[in-house]
Amino acid sequence: MASPALLAAVGEVGEGFIHHRDSANRSCQAIPSKLFCWDWAREHIGRYATPTVQHLELVVFSVVIGFIVAFALALLAHRRRWLRTPLLIGTGILFTIPSVAFFFLLEPLAGRGRDTAIAALSIYTLQIIYRNTMVGLANVPASVKDAARGMGLTDRQILWKVELPLATPEIVTGLQIATVSTVAIATLAVFAGGGGLGTLIKSDLSFKTNLILAGGIAFLMAIAFGLILFVVQRLLTPWRRVETT
Amino acid sequence: MIGALLPQPVLASVKGAIEFIFTPQTSNVTGGKTVGGIDQVIELALKQLELTVLALALSLVIALPIGLYLGHRGSGELFATAIGNAGRAVPELALIAFMAAAIGVGVLNLMIALAVLGIPPILANTFVGIHQVDRSTVDAARGIGMTEFEILRKVELPLAIPTVMSGIRGATIAIVATATIAPLAGVLTLGDFIINKNVYGNNGVLAGAIMVALLALLLEFALSVIQRRITPDGLKLKLKTT
Repeated sequence: MASPALLAAVGEVGEGFIHHRDSANRSCQAIPSKLFCWDWAREHIGRYATPTVQHLELVVFSVVIGFIVAFALALLAHRRRWLRTPLLIGTGILFTIPSVAFFFLLEPLAGRGRDTAIAALSIYTLQIIYRNTMVGLANVPASVKDAARGMGLTDRQILWKVELPLATPEIVTGLQIATVSTVAIATLAVFAGGGGLGTLIKSDLSFKTNLILAGGIAFLMAIAFGLILFVVQRLLTPWRRVETT
Repeated sequence: MIGALLPQPVLASVKGAIEFIFTPQTSNVTGGKTVGGIDQVIELALKQLELTVLALALSLVIALPIGLYLGHRGSGELFATAIGNAGRAVPELALIAFMAAAIGVGVLNLMIALAVLGIPPILANTFVGIHQVDRSTVDAARGIGMTEFEILRKVELPLAIPTVMSGIRGATIAIVATATIAPLAGVLTLGDFIINKNVYGNNGVLAGAIMVALLALLLEFALSVIQRRITPDGLKLKLKTT
């Protein structure tokens, strides 16, 4: 049998991963098991590294792809007004379909595996990023746009130099919500054979130490992304800090 | 028309899934159990709906009063937004598995686990919705002699409906999506078709995915109709003009 680390690397965790435990830690697996078993955690924490990296990859790829598509759609809808409502409804429908269902709806088309999981997860982010970008652009005061036009800026310049910078807070907020949600939902990618922390969770649903570790890593990853994007937002909009102080 | 665009195997899987939804089939597991068919699909769909409605009700009972109270008082902003943000970060699969391992399986326990996902968006949105109501409107209401409760019920809540409802819709989407993996905690919902692939086969998996998607869309549609019904006419006009 292949080693657990190798199996984890391809998105599968062998049965031996948790059930094969040394006798010193027997008490951890007794049913009902202890809430958290430090000894076991200390000894096996290394096995969480590969799935954590996989999870990170799932999230980063999904959010980057989702952002590119949603941002492009928002710019398109900004130019062509009549597209706004259809795009809002369309992304809304995609957002409503549960990701577990989406993994398997895509399966006949795209097969199983990481790419299918990334496709489904990025589709999930579209609505959040699209809607926030549109709200940000709509919040730009008309007087500012008028002033820009009065200075002789073209429509393209107004978009990139005036509207988008002023819409940055909303856009980054959208990105933040999308990223945090995706970290959490990516635990379900295991159902699509996409690897990640869900693989560890599903490998033993009754061993609480494992659930707390894997779930905790995912939770902390989401919080970390949230904080990073919060800082990014502050750095990208220095004028806001001046206003509030 | 759509059929011409899709490759043959995809078409065959979709056909198989639709067949699975309407006609019972022999399972590939030994024993030849009959699986699928409209009766089983409806039974599992109703179970998922029941679980979703129960969890949503529990979320509402807990989150609405807290959100309304804090929003009306205008305090606890940090608390409400922190709950809202942290709620999004909770990994569904770990939550369901952990709650099942810690408090046990079954509908009631699962209802509590799912409410953990439903409470944050409802609480945060209710707080924001009530809190952002124009203070001069509230002052006017107080000036004409309304009690605090009347202000909340007749002024703030109606004006906050769109925000509150978007929180409730977000909670519903999260709950119904996670109710799909309820079979892991011993409650058979439509997700059983997806999770127990060895029993239901490929047709069952795709059939389950289709039914879960339909159920979620149906719920979202129902809530959007409710939202339209309970939004005050004046607010609808205002939303239309801006």
